[in-house]
Amino acid sequence: MEQFLQQLASGLANGAIYAALALALVMIYVSTDHINFAQGEMAMFSTYISWQLMSWGADFWVAFVAAVAFSFVMGVTIERVILRPLHSAPVLSIIVVFIGLLAIFNSVAGAIWSYLIKSFPSPFPKSDFGIAGVIGAHQLGVVLVTLVVLGLLFVFFRFTPLGLAMRAAAQNPQMARLVGVRVDWMLALGWGLAASVGAVAGIMVAHIVYLDPNMMGGILLYAFASALVGGISSPGGAVAGGFIVGVLENMVAYAGNQIEKATGVYIIGNGEKLTVALIIVIVVLTVKPAGLFGRVVVKRV
Amino acid sequence: MPAFPKKWLAVLLVLAVVIPLLQPVLPDIVSNYRLFLVSTMIIASIAVLGLNLLTGFNGQISLGHGAFYAVGAYTAAILMDRLNVPYWATLPAAAIVCFIVGYLFGLPALKLEGHYLALATFALALAVPQILKYKWLEDLTGGVQGIVLLKPEAPFGLPLSEDQWLYYFCLVVMVFLYWGAANMLNSRSGRAMMAIRDQPMAASTMGIDLALYKTVTFGISAAYTGIAGALSASAIAFVAPDSFTIFLSIKFLIGLVVGGVGSLAGSVVGGIFYVLVDNSAQALSQFVRNDLGVPFDLSAYTVFGVLLVALMYLMPMGIVGGVYLAVRRLRSQR
Repeated sequence: MEQFLQQLASGLANGAIYAALALALVMIYVSTDHINFAQGEMAMFSTYISWQLMSWGADFWVAFVAAVAFSFVMGVTIERVILRPLHSAPVLSIIVVFIGLLAIFNSVAGAIWSYLIKSFPSPFPKSDFGIAGVIGAHQLGVVLVTLVVLGLLFVFFRFTPLGLAMRAAAQNPQMARLVGVRVDWMLALGWGLAASVGAVAGIMVAHIVYLDPNMMGGILLYAFASALVGGISSPGGAVAGGFIVGVLENMVAYAGNQIEKATGVYIIGNGEKLTVALIIVIVVLTVKPAGLFGRVVVKRV
Repeated sequence: MPAFPKKWLAVLLVLAVVIPLLQPVLPDIVSNYRLFLVSTMIIASIAVLGLNLLTGFNGQISLGHGAFYAVGAYTAAILMDRLNVPYWATLPAAAIVCFIVGYLFGLPALKLEGHYLALATFALALAVPQILKYKWLEDLTGGVQGIVLLKPEAPFGLPLSEDQWLYYFCLVVMVFLYWGAANMLNSRSGRAMMAIRDQPMAASTMGIDLALYKTVTFGISAAYTGIAGALSASAIAFVAPDSFTIFLSIKFLIGLVVGGVGSLAGSVVGGIFYVLVDNSAQALSQFVRNDLGVPFDLSAYTVFGVLLVALMYLMPMGIVGGVYLAVRRLRSQR
């Protein structure tokens, strides 16, 4: 039972990270209809920035805020410089550009910081508290930080004029432009915010998976799965999807473990996590493309 | 795009056949290493052709063709390792296995287009190394260690070195596959494929069975890339899960985009290109470090990434398409 609760807690912690990255993907998808394949590598790059600042002696939270701010600028710059001119390019071109960005971030991070795996500090105290032994301090901290960030985003989008303008620009760009919203800049801001949220996910997960240029590959896949489960057009759905997928991932591995213990037959374990994500992605895309909370798109034929 | 002039094609082929025979005369220029490099270029251009059939000619975007390459390579390796099948017989086997796998993956892909298909295939590419390490397959695939094979030797006592023979073998396979692809694209089926890419709705109104064509194209495309994978297993004489990461699929995408989306000649250029950059990465890095004095380890993927982004601005049709446009513009000015 205790092991089950531990798995549940670790699933929730992972879920928080998937939720954040999935939200970043959804923010870009909602406003531009693009799936950002470079989101994970951008988050990885931001995580390296915070690591660099810490190795220069900065406090964890100072480095955290600086890296998030850096990511915001990075996101806005990428949108303005690289994606804006490709505004009306075909889908393939956009995807190719994203893959290009992925390769650039990955290789540049490898060139600057090497491909050696680095340990990453946790800002949370070592001792276990709460339900002792079930949830680690870092896991609890990850969930809290993510929830705070998501809460701030919700407040921003729901209660500020700028948030309203951004939602308007995403929902109906033409009408928004008519009432004086600068749609182009709203898209760039959306990119910046997405990159920041991604950075939070990267910095939070680095303590768990360790820091290396390929660390986000699997996590990005899980974020895709989360976004799809929740409905890729629904921000709230992405968050819910993140937690669902995070728990599901650990439960599948846990069930596989129990089966192996009981019957001695190995079916599924930690080694198959990415395969589980692949199956989730394909099943959701083919069976229910709108996800749990997404808008069903009806195509006129 | 017009067919490549037949005259030039014949000249190129004759050169491709004759030059390796000059090895005893010019051992420095026609070295075994270079022959091996050209063989890998040939294999790359077959893999890129596979991707091009699907993405370039049929409009289905795949970021996961490394998966089919892996299936082909592993099919060949397991057949050679376990059943002592000769290397040449593994190619049709890999083609059949990959056709089936590709066809099956094409079924769910029917419901997806554009970004979603890219997403599903991207997920596939990310999961491949893990699937290959799956415990139940370990007996066959050798797990993390992979499978070590023997390099093919020239048959019938032909006086050719291993690398010379490998080169000719790859060349024959490539010519056969390109001939097949050119004929297919020039037939009713090929025009149907391209019609689906350009105007799916009009195509289905004209009586083209979209589902059938799309899944079969997926299968054929996977089979082409799988044959390339099987060839690479023979050529490198080794397969291991971690050589089939997402970056392999990115290389195919590079080949596709650099050569030209929807161009046969472009697939060759693209294949040659990515092998060339991959192999000269170290020299490039040293050049940047020592000659330009920039303290930065330039890797092949930085070059690839920058090129992917830059080409989308400058030559969305790839190098072959760009050159063709330039030539046409020059001609019309005269």
